Amino acid sequence: MIDREQVLHVARLARLRLTADEVERMSSELSTILDHIERINELDLDSVEPTSHVVEVENVLRADEPRESWPREQILELAPDAGDGGFRVPSPGA
Amino acid sequence: MSELGLLSAAQAAEKIRAGEVSADELWTFYRERAAADDLNAYLWVADEPDAGDGPLAGVPVAVKDLFCVEGVPSYAASRVLEGYKPPYTATSVRKLRAAGAPVLGKTNMDEFAMGSSNENSGFGPVENPWDRERVPGGSSGGSAAAVAAGSAPWAIGTDTGGSIRQPAALCGIVGLKPTYGAVSRYGMIAFASSLDQCGPLTRDVTDAALLFRHMVGKDPCDSTSLEFPEEVALPTAERLDGVRFGVPPELTGEGIEDAVKAVFEEALAKIEDLGGELEEVALPHSPHAIAAYYLIAPAEASANLSRYDGVRFGTRATDEDLLSMYEETRAAGFGAEVKRRIMLGTYALSAGYYEAYYGRAQRVRTKIADDFRDAFSKVDLIVTPTSPTVAFKLGERTDDPWAMYLADACTVPMPLAGIPAISIPGGLADGLPVGIQLAGPAFSENRILDAAYALEQAIGFEGGPWRDG
Repeated sequence: MIDREQVLHVARLARLRLTADEVERMSSELSTILDHIERINELDLDSVEPTSHVVEVENVLRADEPRESWPREQILELAPDAGDGGFRVPSPGA
Repeated sequence: MSELGLLSAAQAAEKIRAGEVSADELWTFYRERAAADDLNAYLWVADEPDAGDGPLAGVPVAVKDLFCVEGVPSYAASRVLEGYKPPYTATSVRKLRAAGAPVLGKTNMDEFAMGSSNENSGFGPVENPWDRERVPGGSSGGSAAAVAAGSAPWAIGTDTGGSIRQPAALCGIVGLKPTYGAVSRYGMIAFASSLDQCGPLTRDVTDAALLFRHMVGKDPCDSTSLEFPEEVALPTAERLDGVRFGVPPELTGEGIEDAVKAVFEEALAKIEDLGGELEEVALPHSPHAIAAYYLIAPAEASANLSRYDGVRFGTRATDEDLLSMYEETRAAGFGAEVKRRIMLGTYALSAGYYEAYYGRAQRVRTKIADDFRDAFSKVDLIVTPTSPTVAFKLGERTDDPWAMYLADACTVPMPLAGIPAISIPGGLADGLPVGIQLAGPAFSENRILDAAYALEQAIGFEGGPWRDG
């Protein structure tokens, strides 16, 4: 069961602003989904190693060869707001 | 339907090479059909072909909106990326262009590939050309519908938990999810990086092999990509003598609707007619695959989607203050399912819950991969229905997220284990297509394609809206 407070906490972590309606719906939907998911608690997994990557490769190395990157202007053109050669954002303190 | 539209992609390429059809003629034919699409399968259609000469001889390919194509709108069907035209092109698209296949258009999809019905697109749902009141499946629903309707000769999509195979099944076409790492993920807008893999959606198995052949290979831009260990062959098998097929009761019994089961049973009989051997194999942890998947995929997604914050690309909702800019940009830009998965993933990774949810899910993943390893010590391939049901009605499952997630029951175990699987049309149930899925060990695509080809010839599926114009 995920209550309203937990939904608001997680939404804050995820940088998502939810409306009051969304908070209610999220609480009930996530609780239902987690009820189903929690069936994996029936499994004995204590001696099982976790899998994070399915293919057995490690330490993929390559030569460090310098190459051109994209022109700064081309990348800044994609931004909602840019100026002085950088991404412009509102003040954190406002 | 004109004769051009009845040619498979491989046949069209051959006719162009033989000088019987011109590449321009084929381009114009499909460009007009794509532009006239009324299923909402396309989000963007190209004006001019953009590929050079090559073995694919100018046969155009429809590309899921998840792939970045330089200078072309690439939104992953999300409003948060509206206006974004990437400065670079995905490796798989670049390779297909280099092989002679121009990009025909960008196809609709569930937003960020999160969905099984295409109803989660920020640009509206796609209709299934078999029955326009039904979903085409998802998340590669636009690619599947375009191929099934004949507005593209073939297409590429991506599969994280079934997003190529399930829409292929629901639209009566072929869809191949390759081995993890077989095709570069560079330039694919990321959903769940340990699962995402791109592959072909085509009218037949030969087309799938031909398109896949030109997508594979190690890419310095994707450190998880691997060299494909052999040449991808065009399938020729006519018989299945001595090929051992495992039938897992966990993915073929409970939860599969009767009409789908009936088509599946017929496919099993055809396998035996062709000389194949059927054997029951257990995949005891596969009933837990949905749970593991819906923890792992949202957890990875919650991290991958943190980049949509209104700073570097896409949209920005407000300039009020920094926190409001992040929170409101994401609130306005993401749809309901994407928000649900970000919340689920963030919760599963948050302090105090990580081990109970994400950690346990990763251990279940190990057990699922072990199950397949055990099974493939006894059989060559595993055969199941692709989807528990035929295409469902638009709106039927949108209020019940878990019911929607169950659409992936037969397709989710394979990407968790990183193994390849194909869906081919098995026949019709109540006038709607049913997919048959064949899965094999990592890098067994040639074996899968050969068996799928033999079975395809035996089934002789002749349905397809594309045949009727």
